[in-house]
Amino acid sequence: MRYLPLTETDRAEMLAAVGAGAIDDLFVDVPKDLLLGEPIEGLPLHASEMAVERHMSRLAGQNLSAGEAPFFIGAGAYRHHVPATVDHLIQRGEFLTAYTPYQPEIAQGTLQVLFEFQTQVARLFGTDIANASMYDGSTACWEAVQMADRITRRDRVVLSGGLHPHYVSTIRTMARFTRDEIDSRVPVLDAEPDDAALIEAISDETGSVVVQYPDILGRVPDLAAISDAAHAKGALLIVVVTEPVALGLIEAPGKLGADIVVGEGQSLGVGLSFGGPYLGLFGCREKFVRQMPGRVCGETVDADGKRGFVLTLSTREQHIRREKATSNICTNSGLCALAFSIHMTLLGGGGLARLARLNHARARKLVDRLERIEGVSCLNHAYFNEVTIILPQDARETVRVLADRGVLAGVSLGRLYPDANELHRGLLVTATETVSDEDIETFASALEGVLA
Amino acid sequence: MSRYFTKDHEWIDVDGDTGTVGITDYAQHQLGDITFVELPEAGKGVKKGDAVSVVDSVKAASDVYTPVTGEVSESNAALEDQPELVNTDAEAEGWLFKVKLTETGELDALMDREAYDNYVGTL
Amino acid sequence: MTAHNPSGWRPAMGEPGEAASVPTRSGDRALMLEEALSFEIGSPEKCGVDLDDANVEPIAGLGRFLREGAPDLPGLTEPETVRHYTRLSRQNYAIDLGPFPLGSCTMKHNPRLNEKIARLPGFADVHPLQPQQTVRGAYEVIAQLADWLMTLTGMASVAMSPKAGAHGELCGLLCIRAAHDANGEQRSVVLVPESAHGTNPATAAFAGYEVEDIAATPEGRVDLEALKARLGPDIAGVMITNPNTCGLFERDMRAICEAVHAAGGYVYCDGANFNAIVGKVRPGDLGIDAMHINLHKTFSTPHGGGGPGSGPVVLSEALAPFAPLPFVMRDAGGAPYLVEEEDGATDHPHSFGRMAAFNGQMGMFTRALAYMLSHGADGLRQVAEDAVLNANYVLRRCEDVLQAPYAGSGPCMHEALFGEAGLAEGFSTLDIAKGLIDEGFHPMTVYFPLVVKGAMLVEPTETESRVGLDRFIESLRSVAERARNGDDSLKSAPHFAPRRRLDETQAARKPVLVWKGEPGPSGQGAPSELGGQ
Repeated sequence: MRYLPLTETDRAEMLAAVGAGAIDDLFVDVPKDLLLGEPIEGLPLHASEMAVERHMSRLAGQNLSAGEAPFFIGAGAYRHHVPATVDHLIQRGEFLTAYTPYQPEIAQGTLQVLFEFQTQVARLFGTDIANASMYDGSTACWEAVQMADRITRRDRVVLSGGLHPHYVSTIRTMARFTRDEIDSRVPVLDAEPDDAALIEAISDETGSVVVQYPDILGRVPDLAAISDAAHAKGALLIVVVTEPVALGLIEAPGKLGADIVVGEGQSLGVGLSFGGPYLGLFGCREKFVRQMPGRVCGETVDADGKRGFVLTLSTREQHIRREKATSNICTNSGLCALAFSIHMTLLGGGGLARLARLNHARARKLVDRLERIEGVSCLNHAYFNEVTIILPQDARETVRVLADRGVLAGVSLGRLYPDANELHRGLLVTATETVSDEDIETFASALEGVLA
Repeated sequence: MSRYFTKDHEWIDVDGDTGTVGITDYAQHQLGDITFVELPEAGKGVKKGDAVSVVDSVKAASDVYTPVTGEVSESNAALEDQPELVNTDAEAEGWLFKVKLTETGELDALMDREAYDNYVGTL
Repeated sequence: MTAHNPSGWRPAMGEPGEAASVPTRSGDRALMLEEALSFEIGSPEKCGVDLDDANVEPIAGLGRFLREGAPDLPGLTEPETVRHYTRLSRQNYAIDLGPFPLGSCTMKHNPRLNEKIARLPGFADVHPLQPQQTVRGAYEVIAQLADWLMTLTGMASVAMSPKAGAHGELCGLLCIRAAHDANGEQRSVVLVPESAHGTNPATAAFAGYEVEDIAATPEGRVDLEALKARLGPDIAGVMITNPNTCGLFERDMRAICEAVHAAGGYVYCDGANFNAIVGKVRPGDLGIDAMHINLHKTFSTPHGGGGPGSGPVVLSEALAPFAPLPFVMRDAGGAPYLVEEEDGATDHPHSFGRMAAFNGQMGMFTRALAYMLSHGADGLRQVAEDAVLNANYVLRRCEDVLQAPYAGSGPCMHEALFGEAGLAEGFSTLDIAKGLIDEGFHPMTVYFPLVVKGAMLVEPTETESRVGLDRFIESLRSVAERARNGDDSLKSAPHFAPRRRLDETQAARKPVLVWKGEPGPSGQGAPSELGGQ
């Protein structure tokens, strides 16, 4: 077997060296009647590289990949062009096959990357600090809520109707067990986000207010106003960014009063990959550092006085604090953080701003074209690269039919909110820099065909 | 003023109805470099044996239990910037918090210096 | 003779041993290269991506939200970027370079076929919310992987969406809690052995339980009688790692499960060490109710410097109804599909809910499935056997120079546990770890599990060849003997790594988590501070 270096001779000699007559002498603690005598039934035996590749390629071929069709899907995961450099660099074995940097003397590569990553995230979010990443945006969001509970010692959470429904579900699931009181709402099909209702819901007992920016319908909430209202009641503002490229165009949440900013970093460097692995971004005010979940990397010096980096503040974490830890998280999203960081380094602030404008321009073009179709309108006053389109019919069926015609048209609100009939004519469409004029025309023509 | 000790390596100086609490020099030596001290807020009511403070070293976090019942009247603000005071001067400048005692009888169960030193000798 | 040497070249070797003291201006030392921060060498005008200009003004409604100027992030051109990260990469140790014997972390070879597979556009370039008819292959991957996991573990069901091991633990405990809730039972305590991974008690607390210790026997296993004595109507369940973190198989696992079940509780098994028994025994046969499987350990998906992981959870019949959404099922015709919120109420009505957005770690599923197919049922069994053989070989070849607290109780499984007793006064496990770095090896897991003072947990995995293992053992023995003999040079190790021991106290006292310097002009790093002697 190509992955196993021991030869039969090695095995025999090593068994003798450890005083075992046969391999099963080493499994002597397993109950005899349960020890399997041969390979488990019902599974194939070993296969060549070529055979495995053939099998997996066949499965891959049963999917319609985004690159094969005009593609307008977003809703929390975005298709951007990832420079070839990113994927080349993350496949260097020294990054790909390293572990968590527990021995900092021989892990400075990973550690310096994490330090740069933290700095990039903090600057992008406008927060004082950031951690070394979480699993994804949705779990980072729940961790932020828990962190706000600890800081405010309150357990009431107000969720904006514009928060991604999967994030809402994640919070609701966890809250069942922690007994947090969740006040959430379904979005209303209105040109502006419902900031007023959100502000109304904040009370003296509210620990945190969670707002997505831009929101699930592509609208842009007024963070400064919500922040003032939250802080007036002693609550923390948690801002969720599911499309970090937007921050090349609109103001950083930390600059608008957010106390904790979390996000999904998949847009930069990571790719779609059917939903994972993704990258949880997490930034906050410096004064909350010891309540922050997840690993962090910090700067220090070595015995010779040279600058170096280590994982630090680990007394917050599960391997030391055990049941009193700030989170049970152990693994983070290291390789995805590296990909994000490389992509961000390639872009720089100027490149990110240009990329953001380009996205916005593609979205404007898409909206202009779709609005020329009879019965189709755009909901939003403001949007970045994603916008809610109102169709004259149920969008779920429309999306299915368009997929049959080779267009991946977006996400119907009916799929996201199956119980909210009033939303079912809504269609979320996204246009990133990967969308061409031809793609837009193909989509629009196909939609005209469906609606005709 | 008299000083008492606990088996969990806290010390308490009692002056009138106010007790000043810290960890012993033996304890700081066991923990190594102290990196952070989490302190209780003034006004907090505490019961003897409650974990009211946490002393962090690089790879450990240790609860500090109050030896007496009462209300926290002050905590050592100097430790916010200089947690190392717990290492350099555990039993004076490195004090953690003060408690206004309500149950002075609790002191009777604590050790004096000699008893504590003997106790440490057995560890 | 003519004594003719027109170029003047002659060999000159220098004196041996003088290299260490020779300074360099750059701070680099030949192939040992220093690298400044990207913030020190980049500039906001630089960009490594050519982008079209956007000849469109922002829509009017966005006006008041626009940021002033670009984000304060320096960029690098493509060649500078490639160099920056390549130079940084060379400061890392990796399984591609040599043994990485971190106990309980399972650093095994990461086959490159799996990387290739995961990057097929049909997997990598597919959106999680595409219409179901366009992602049949993705469902099939998830379903096939689920079949493998259920068959290998002998369990009834599997929740595929947890993002990593600890997330899987949470999934398992939430299933247990949901099951008790469904029975109208209020149980508040979860029992966890002291030797457990820190994630176990943290997870139990996160799921709303009080955590209590389970006593251990002197030979490093769960004390069955003590456990039985503690069981009762307040115990929701127990979390047990098997093989445990001392590297031992829990002989009484079946009896433990029976006792816990009889008391109305459930057994969560931490599957971090499943790689030791895959193909040899099915955890389901032992009677467990839930177990996460770290695809990044047992099934070789790369650790990537700390993630991403993937932690599917296999579940017993009793817990399966409560598994989170999305949940993979097969329709009447055998075609797999994912149950999401849309049809959860009809197809999987007792689910405790959703743990994360989207469908789980697809990029890890494809890699793990490719690994399983490559090994097959026979190869996976050989994986466990070789991993266990390698660990026992390390144990027996080092037990005379290192304290081996449980070596007397029989063979170990896939990891060999040592302690620091017997080292010279003032020498510790840390010194052995740092000495191994100078020898060119990544150290073992140190100071874990907590039940052994100065624990050293060595997990060679099946990846090590006999020759490689012998080299590692010789180095470990040598370093151990130096520590026993009080060789002071060990106290200042490592001497040859990119950095010497780092000041972790300073890092924790005054945390510097982001770079606060001003973005400088290109090239003005701080080489004089960074390097040199």
